[in-house]
Amino acid sequence: MDNLLELIKWEKLILAMKETIYMTSISVIATFLIGLLLGLLLFLTAKGNMWENKLVNSIISVIVNVFRSIPFIILIVLLIPFTKILVGTMLGANAALPALIIGAAPFYARMVEIALREIDRGVIEASQSMGANNGHIIFKVLIPESMPALISGITVTAISLVGFTAMAGVIGAGGLGHFAYLEGFQRNNSVVTAAATVAILIVVFIIQFIGDYFTKITDKR
Amino acid sequence: MTMISIKKVQKIYPSPKGQVKAVDNVNLEINEGEIFGVIGYSGAGKSTLIRMLNGLELPTEGTVVVANNEVSKIKGSKLRKARQEISMIFQHFNLLWSRTVRQNISFPLEIAGVSKTERKKRVDELIKLVGLEGREDAYPSQLSGGQKQRVGIARALANNPKVLLCDEATSALDPQTTDAILDLLVDINSRLGLTIVLITHEMHVIRKICHRVAVMEEGKVVEMGPVLDVFKNPQEQITKRFVQQVTEPEETKETTRHLHEKYPEGKVVQLSFVGDTADQPLITQLIRKHDITVNILQGKISHTQNGSYGTLFIHLDGPKGEVEKAIAFINTHQVGVEVIANG
Repeated sequence: MDNLLELIKWEKLILAMKETIYMTSISVIATFLIGLLLGLLLFLTAKGNMWENKLVNSIISVIVNVFRSIPFIILIVLLIPFTKILVGTMLGANAALPALIIGAAPFYARMVEIALREIDRGVIEASQSMGANNGHIIFKVLIPESMPALISGITVTAISLVGFTAMAGVIGAGGLGHFAYLEGFQRNNSVVTAAATVAILIVVFIIQFIGDYFTKITDKR
Repeated sequence: MTMISIKKVQKIYPSPKGQVKAVDNVNLEINEGEIFGVIGYSGAGKSTLIRMLNGLELPTEGTVVVANNEVSKIKGSKLRKARQEISMIFQHFNLLWSRTVRQNISFPLEIAGVSKTERKKRVDELIKLVGLEGREDAYPSQLSGGQKQRVGIARALANNPKVLLCDEATSALDPQTTDAILDLLVDINSRLGLTIVLITHEMHVIRKICHRVAVMEEGKVVEMGPVLDVFKNPQEQITKRFVQQVTEPEETKETTRHLHEKYPEGKVVQLSFVGDTADQPLITQLIRKHDITVNILQGKISHTQNGSYGTLFIHLDGPKGEVEKAIAFINTHQVGVEVIANG
């Protein structure tokens, strides 16, 4: 057992885990904000809602569907020129962020749209009958009333993002995926691969735990 | 003073089968401080009508003026400002489940831009007014239907409106809770002088709290007047059906038929009392003055906001001629008589 554990370069594993957590956290925050914005626009411009606008709705809808459908590994490659302009390099954790965010935000936008559609129309109508303006309705009704679904949605998205970071790692972004591929697979060291897998699972479980906790405390239904 | 005036209002919806007239040439004047009821079956257009009073729906034609605001015309911030004076409560309460009772009642005050300390003071007053002390920090999911509607009422009253619109406000509640909520509405009406417009399909609600009633059918107002008059003397078939909901319980017909089989002799008579006549000792006099037997089959007195209204079903039997004389005697007492079954 001691021999097996000695095969793992702990410092490198910890560093890789930190990189994975870094990429995931930044991309989750950005995905939440961009996805929320797109989801709100999708909902509000839909038929029968406050900003009903077929053109804007279709444009956002098409963009969301296209980016959601491209497999992530291909998306990274497609975005190389864009990333180079934005970050200046294709290597390291920061270089993975544009692809991660562009890959996850449309996915989350759909979840936001679904969450908002679940809100009882009567509640929105009641707010209008009190003289609420659009800002009141968005920030005091739509977002708080869909909060549990928004949180469980970002939890699912965050877990997919951990998977995305592993894929991004293979082509040089660092993190646990990179570690498992380089130190485990390429050097034929399956103990390292297993350790990296366990580390990824730990990250996923922590995200799930935090997500479930906040979903539960915000749900007063 | 007129608080609400609806003139030549039409609402036409396009539909695959052509146009649907949800509201068809309705004219109404509702006075300040009045409790005005609109009754009709579902699809009669009453819901569309009440939603035009706060601009949730716009009329296709005609004008709607509420508290000096032409609701059918104004838009944007002017409409939003006007809506603070015309509040509404709903059948399904429409509370924000993410907020506590206190925060729900505070919501319209936040919209109106009231300061935090003012809000707290006002919310405390409202909680007391609707009788929700001790439940301030509960969430809607922890409340009963009646309590939820109390929150709805408190929320609606927060910005001191001039008009309260009730959209089937008691239809989701059990009979006892309905009565408690109706009592609260009457209390608010008399204490605050608030004008209340309510729509319902239950005549019981109209009977209990309304001063005047309009009956709607297929988008039109087919009958309108003080509640007692409508009860006394319903003109339209649909109105008669609604009045029967409260004055003539289902089992009456069955009972009279059954009794008629049992006593083939004599007559079954329906007496209708209105206002003061409901209190006379008519039956006692009837027996003392005539040689007949009187058998009371069924009776009910309903109280409305402008007087009592009652019906009594009796079976009269006696020597030939006496029964007719007795009926003539009742007629002299301003009591309505209708012979239902002849022996």
